[in-house]
Amino acid sequence: MASFTPVHAAIGGALIALALSLVLVTTGRLAGLSNVIAGIIKPVADDWSWRVWFVVGALAAGAAFRVAAPETFDATTRLPLAIVALSGVIVGAGTRLGNGCTSGHGLCGASRGSKRSIIATLVFFGVAVASATITGAVLR
Amino acid sequence: MTAWISLACGALFGAGVCISGVVRPSKVTGFLDLGGAWDASLAFVMASALAVHIIAWRLVARARKPRFGAAFPGPPLSTIDVPLVGGAALFGVGWGISGYCPGPAVVSIVSGTLSSVVFVIAMAVGVVLADLLRR
Repeated sequence: MASFTPVHAAIGGALIALALSLVLVTTGRLAGLSNVIAGIIKPVADDWSWRVWFVVGALAAGAAFRVAAPETFDATTRLPLAIVALSGVIVGAGTRLGNGCTSGHGLCGASRGSKRSIIATLVFFGVAVASATITGAVLR
Repeated sequence: MTAWISLACGALFGAGVCISGVVRPSKVTGFLDLGGAWDASLAFVMASALAVHIIAWRLVARARKPRFGAAFPGPPLSTIDVPLVGGAALFGVGWGISGYCPGPAVVSIVSGTLSSVVFVIAMAVGVVLADLLRR
């Protein structure tokens, strides 16, 4: 059931980047999402509230889409909840150890030519393709 | 002021993940899973986002100091170590299994879908576990 949506993808991608770029340009902060979230769970003095406001804004926008266009979200998952939980623990630990996720390494870091971010991005994309393809094969 | 900037940018981010479709794990695995009916959309999300970010870094290079902050980030570190590569690999495994990455997963909580809630709580546990492991 693939639905190719290049225009929405490009507009949405630009908005995501605009959000992180505006934070960077106006405040000098890197707003990679795994880092934003980890900094809420494990607060560092004077570096907490902006993260909370960012997440509040993101949730508010999500809620608006939930009301206006509920089909924005997946209604169900194809995975047992235990596997979803396992995947969550792995994503949380992996992004914490590797210090970044799709947005932090893949966008903020890779776009400035950071060697660490480019390598991290190649690794997680490569592994994710393998992992998703195997998971897909198991489920089909 | 930074609170308002964060709130507004958070909202932009939330709108971006909703419009792009990455808030749906099924959309993400549609790209990552090469065995199914492949959906190239995620490549367009990344390409367009990278283009905007490259411009942002140009602006940063030209400015001395951010208007609402102390300083811009210093030059990136260049050490390639085990936590970086191992962490990225772990993230890849988890992301590939479920199609959830951290930012969109948090936004998807508003859908009320149980799996989104379970994922985000588990992710928080993972962050805490990683810190325990690192000590």
